[in-house]
Amino acid sequence: MLNHELLIAILLLSPVVGFLLNGLRFRSKNYMLAGSIATAAVVVSFVCSVLLFLQLLDADAEHRRLAVSFFEWIAVDKFKINAGFVVDQISVIMILIITGVGSLIHLFSIGYMHHDKGVTKYFAYLNLFIFNMLILVLGDSLLTMFVGWEGVGLCSYLLIGFWFTDSAKAAAGMKAFVTNRIGDAAFIIGMFVLFVTFGTLNMHELNALAPTVLDSSWMGAVTIGTMLLFIGATGKSAQIPLYVWLPDAMAGPTPVSALIHAATMVTAGVYMIVRLDPIFIMAPNTMMVIAIVGASTAVLAATIGLTQFDIKKVLAYSTVSQLGYMFLAVGVGAFGAGMFHLMTHAFFKALMFLGSGSVIHGMHEEQDIRKMGGLKKYMPITHFTFLLGWLAIIGMPPFAGFFSKDEILWQAFSSPRGHWLLWLAGVLGAVLTAFYMTRLMALTFWGKSRIDKSVHPHESGLSMTIPLMVLALLSVIGGWIGIPHVIGSALGNIPNMWEHWLEPLITKIPAVAGEGVEHGDSSLEIILMVVSVVLAGLSAISAYVMYTKKEGSSAKVAKAFGPAYELVNKKYLVDEAYFAGIINPLVNLSRNLWYYIDVNFIDKATFKIADVANGGGSFVKALQNGNMQQYAMYIGVGVVVVLSFVLMR
Amino acid sequence: MPETNLITDIGLNHYLVLSVVLFSLGMAGVLLRRNLIVLLMCIELMLNAVNISFVAFSKFNGKIDGQVMVFFVMTIAAAEAAVGLALAVSIFKRFKEVNIRFFEHLKG
Repeated sequence: MLNHELLIAILLLSPVVGFLLNGLRFRSKNYMLAGSIATAAVVVSFVCSVLLFLQLLDADAEHRRLAVSFFEWIAVDKFKINAGFVVDQISVIMILIITGVGSLIHLFSIGYMHHDKGVTKYFAYLNLFIFNMLILVLGDSLLTMFVGWEGVGLCSYLLIGFWFTDSAKAAAGMKAFVTNRIGDAAFIIGMFVLFVTFGTLNMHELNALAPTVLDSSWMGAVTIGTMLLFIGATGKSAQIPLYVWLPDAMAGPTPVSALIHAATMVTAGVYMIVRLDPIFIMAPNTMMVIAIVGASTAVLAATIGLTQFDIKKVLAYSTVSQLGYMFLAVGVGAFGAGMFHLMTHAFFKALMFLGSGSVIHGMHEEQDIRKMGGLKKYMPITHFTFLLGWLAIIGMPPFAGFFSKDEILWQAFSSPRGHWLLWLAGVLGAVLTAFYMTRLMALTFWGKSRIDKSVHPHESGLSMTIPLMVLALLSVIGGWIGIPHVIGSALGNIPNMWEHWLEPLITKIPAVAGEGVEHGDSSLEIILMVVSVVLAGLSAISAYVMYTKKEGSSAKVAKAFGPAYELVNKKYLVDEAYFAGIINPLVNLSRNLWYYIDVNFIDKATFKIADVANGGGSFVKALQNGNMQQYAMYIGVGVVVVLSFVLMR
Repeated sequence: MPETNLITDIGLNHYLVLSVVLFSLGMAGVLLRRNLIVLLMCIELMLNAVNISFVAFSKFNGKIDGQVMVFFVMTIAAAEAAVGLALAVSIFKRFKEVNIRFFEHLKG
């Protein structure tokens, strides 16, 4: 077996090689060559990930940590950062998702992007993204993680604005980049705070030092530090208040949305918090904020999702909402459940995005679901795989989403840091999710066809349907590795492999007497489970009836809500509020500073100084006029002066 | 000290006075004339004025050094005349005249 240092090096460098091979000949339009190089690069990484995973499996539970340090990166006094990478129980899951789902999406892209002029550049960016994402999840210190964190932000920007000749798309890329900057600034300051407090940025050491924290009040250094890190996470993972960039990010090619804005990059915030769980546990106030922000995002984004007509926008708001679930989970201390949902979500959301890509491709770049309908007949494979993704996301047992979402809801209710209100918000989110997802299914695939006569929908080619099928399979069975104890024991001792796997790295919330619910309370868990599933099911059925059987009823409902519907349809006017409240005043202030301070004061003052120098210069300039006889006279006069000076002495 | 006649006994000072007169003439020419050829001639005059004082010092001090130096000066003068005339020719080709003011075009 290869040693792990070499494996990690290959894992990281393979996408770089792919990036260089494609990036150095980016004008080529040979989509098959570019796609093959890029896909092969990621598949190599995937193989390395699997081998690393097998090595971890071989080791006993306490020693499942493969660390490597390639070189000392920064060393200033006590501040030492190595280019070190760690594969352990958490990061191995991430690299399997990134390279596994990533390979499928690369494969899908070959079919999806084959007509594009910039296809080689596109694949180069994708590989660069994979590399940065791997740095992000494998980095052993916050700073190394931050390198990847910024790198994926860059790739996200490049890929959202991939069709930059359309100024709206270029603006969307810029919006994503700028919004992320706000979060990243907070992330950096959070790192400073943690370094000052603990004297290290190495995550392993930070976690080991966490129990030494004494002050966990609002003003405690740890609370401030973690809060800042969380603000960083709200930027990257699209939570309130920085979620606004993600729906706009749908301007990029659809496989990009699947890879970056659903499966991998946007989950970085969740991953970061899970990585640092001992630190976050020491800051209960931060955790409370995380849980509340997560739950509100889950509900808010789901309501917006109800009213959108762009197939990708619906999925984008759904992603924001599902990320809210993950933050709800980590906020109540259910780090394992958060990671679990991260994984299942990566499967079914990547599937749905790729499915929507297949639809858009088959419909010749049409994204409006009002102009679809009845696609089931034309695109059987896309429809069937999308159907499985749909069942997974609305949380129907035994599909993947059910297990992870149920685990989150139960933890939100029962954890010492949970609350029944959080549970209620979670259930509300699930009900809304079931509704808008069913609406999406109904308007796209079922019911009567509203397709324009000039469009002839067709099923996509194999390179696009194979990834769909693999992801559909994962969406079905992906949840079975984390079967809750209540169901597992009822079915005959099926262990919760997920919990067992993560156990050594997941810190448990210290139970407080009189708070939370005992975990042994299995009847309550089952009741809550049934309640949420039944509610989601009813919601899905009503949406089905509304959008396929009784046409026009949706319009009536919309009318009944009147201004409220309008408000939601306009996304709560959040973008407008940001413009009115922050961006425009800032732009005006800058413009005034420019005009009054820069142009009228600083510029004028410097021009005056320049004039003085100019005037002085023009006087001396007259001496050097090119007349050689004058020059000769200067020499003569000079000789006379020097000689007389010497002789007079 | 024997009495010397300023007119009949030619001494060192006579040579030096001649040298100064010639040098000043040359220098005035260099500074005032506009014709390049005349200018070159004036430079030649200045060099030879210096040569006279060299030779005179050599003769009256009984040392050969000054005469050696004159050979060097003559060599340099020949080279200088070659370069200067080449410049004059090229100026003439360009402007059909050999006036020094055309060198103002060389100003940076």
